[in-house]
Amino acid sequence: MSSLKIIRDGVIVNDDWTLVADQDAAWPSGQLIVPLKVWGLRKHELLARAEPIGVWLDGHGDVAILADSVGQLSLIAINFPKFADGRGYSAAALLRTRYGFKGELRAIGDVLRDQLFYMQRVGFNAFAVRADKDIADALKALNDFSETYQGSTDQPVPLFRRRAAHPSESSA
Amino acid sequence: MYKYDSIDQKIVDERVAQFRGQTERFLRGELSEDEFRPLRLQNGLYVQKHAPMLRVAIPYGHLSSKQMRMLAHIARKYDRGYAHFTTRQNIQYNWPELKRVPDILADLATVEMHAIQTSGNCIRNTTSDQFAGVAHDELIDPRPYAELIRQWSTFHPEFAYLPRKFKIAVNGAVEDRAGTLFHDIGIHTVKTDDGEVVFRILVGGGLGRTPILGHVIREALPKQHLFTYLDAILRVYNRFGRRDNMYKARIKILVKELGLEKFRAEVEAEWAHLKDGPSTLTQAEIDRVAAYFIDPDYEVLSAVDADYERNLLEHKAFDRWVERNVFGHKQAGYAAVTLSLKKTGIAPGDATDLQLDAVADLADEFSYGEIRVSHEQNLILADVKNRDLFTVWQRAKAIGFATPNIGLLTDIIACPGGDFCSLANAKSIPVAEAIQRRFDDLDYLFDIGDIAINISGCMNACGHHHVGHIGILGVDKHGAEFYQVTIGGSQGLQAALGKVIGPSFAQDEMADVVEKLIKTYVALRFEDEHFLDTAKRVGIEPFKASVYNKKAGHSEVEVANV
Repeated sequence: MSSLKIIRDGVIVNDDWTLVADQDAAWPSGQLIVPLKVWGLRKHELLARAEPIGVWLDGHGDVAILADSVGQLSLIAINFPKFADGRGYSAAALLRTRYGFKGELRAIGDVLRDQLFYMQRVGFNAFAVRADKDIADALKALNDFSETYQGSTDQPVPLFRRRAAHPSESSA
Repeated sequence: MYKYDSIDQKIVDERVAQFRGQTERFLRGELSEDEFRPLRLQNGLYVQKHAPMLRVAIPYGHLSSKQMRMLAHIARKYDRGYAHFTTRQNIQYNWPELKRVPDILADLATVEMHAIQTSGNCIRNTTSDQFAGVAHDELIDPRPYAELIRQWSTFHPEFAYLPRKFKIAVNGAVEDRAGTLFHDIGIHTVKTDDGEVVFRILVGGGLGRTPILGHVIREALPKQHLFTYLDAILRVYNRFGRRDNMYKARIKILVKELGLEKFRAEVEAEWAHLKDGPSTLTQAEIDRVAAYFIDPDYEVLSAVDADYERNLLEHKAFDRWVERNVFGHKQAGYAAVTLSLKKTGIAPGDATDLQLDAVADLADEFSYGEIRVSHEQNLILADVKNRDLFTVWQRAKAIGFATPNIGLLTDIIACPGGDFCSLANAKSIPVAEAIQRRFDDLDYLFDIGDIAINISGCMNACGHHHVGHIGILGVDKHGAEFYQVTIGGSQGLQAALGKVIGPSFAQDEMADVVEKLIKTYVALRFEDEHFLDTAKRVGIEPFKASVYNKKAGHSEVEVANV
């Protein structure tokens, strides 16, 4: 069990998962987040452990590979090698809206305060904020905006449909 | 024009607070330069040679007089009393202090303005025809769709960190004044035989290092599918666009590498999942936004006004100004007036706070309180009565905005260049000025007629040099500033890329070079033939010969260097 902190569902909590960074690394006990490749190669061993299973992949990885696995996974982590690499946003949106993943979707890697709002919108509900940053400070970003124009995972109904439903609230 | 409701206002206000926090954290050292850079760029803030440069969005080039006065106020309060209109209908301030930028944004927010996504690798300000809504050749008013796209693209969470910048332009007239062939996505609003509005969608156009004309990816997209189709294109680009090399990261390279058919297939496959989903546009929303773009209360006027006709006859200078700076209006008795920001000696697109205030006054008195910005870096009063034109001309003359040169040789499009921009290889402004000074005879300018000279200080092509009839590109040659010349580029529906005529020139040669090119044209043209048509007909050889012949010895050395 790690003593690291993460943000999950808007709250700072102890991370109860262990990230296995390397595909050849030995497995500690407890809930593991293994590389995508390990899930492909050692699926049966992981399923036999009787622990919830997590898998991580890079944002540019093809999430379609996990299409048939989403029901077996409790956690999927998407790695941002650099925060300015935006492929992880589309990967997350696809996992949630196309492949129906309902478990914890966690952003890992170069995860910083000023990207959290967008990450939350596309479907991430957990954030492993980079260790050298203040996680309590990062948490504030989830409330940067109280309203958004376009539909996304968190609110599929775009503003124009909601405006139409409540015209009185939006008249200036 | 569009007016914010309480939600639009709240989003912009919250943005000001967000950016204020980001700036403060940067100044306190909590954000590194690398971490702050994309954040400030997505708010139009560059670090330039002298100071930060702030680019403020003017969505599809529309401004109210109130907004124009705020732009003047900002120039006075936070800058050095002037600002620069860009080739994408935005405005830039060259001397703000970083720590005061949040205050500038707060001031802008009070007049429904912002700097959101005016730079960075995200969806940029949506541009359109400066004559949208009033053009005599308009099919469909593109502005409601441009505004809808503005809202859809604002803080789009999935597409904030694209491989590279992404520009969308919308055109609704017969002539394409929005450069849609040179945008990442170009949209033509067109009507089917049944009277339905549909969109022709072009993708993969762009200037810059690798200029490419856009391709039609969808001929007639029903309007309700606008957002889902755009989402599909952007998702394919975000996932598969190159990120290993910033010079190959624009969508045009992806389209080129995959081929249009394969790219289209990817988009169609993605769209199949999104089509008819909740982002499907509703007629109610189109109607809500379109209601902000209805015609003003035009007076019923005769097309002929006796005083106006008399002034044309009596004042040659007024007649000339009308010939060049007045554009045909759909409403009888009205005209669209272009105020020229291309006076010799002034950097193209620059305006002082006093000029901006004066334009706001003109708009209030003569044009329903609204102003347009063109990508040619001029300002437009779109709804002026013919009978007011003489007064508007006199008033514009008094502020130096009545140079009768729209579309003429001195109406040069130029980026800020090496005087201000840290990306530039060479200066643009002194080259523009040297050319303007060389062609100071108005009779000669009118005789030369329609011609577009575009100057970019580097291959990022902010001055759109590829589509200049004469294009001038600043290049770095062993640390010295040189200029490469192209001929035959053009924008519009018959858009074409200019061809390089040969080795580049030193800055002090440029006025001579342009003069020789023009003399060649004048010698070769048929009666009433424009420069571009002559250049297309005769090719670059005669121009090349005239420019390089007399310096053969020199040009051999140049060839060896290029």
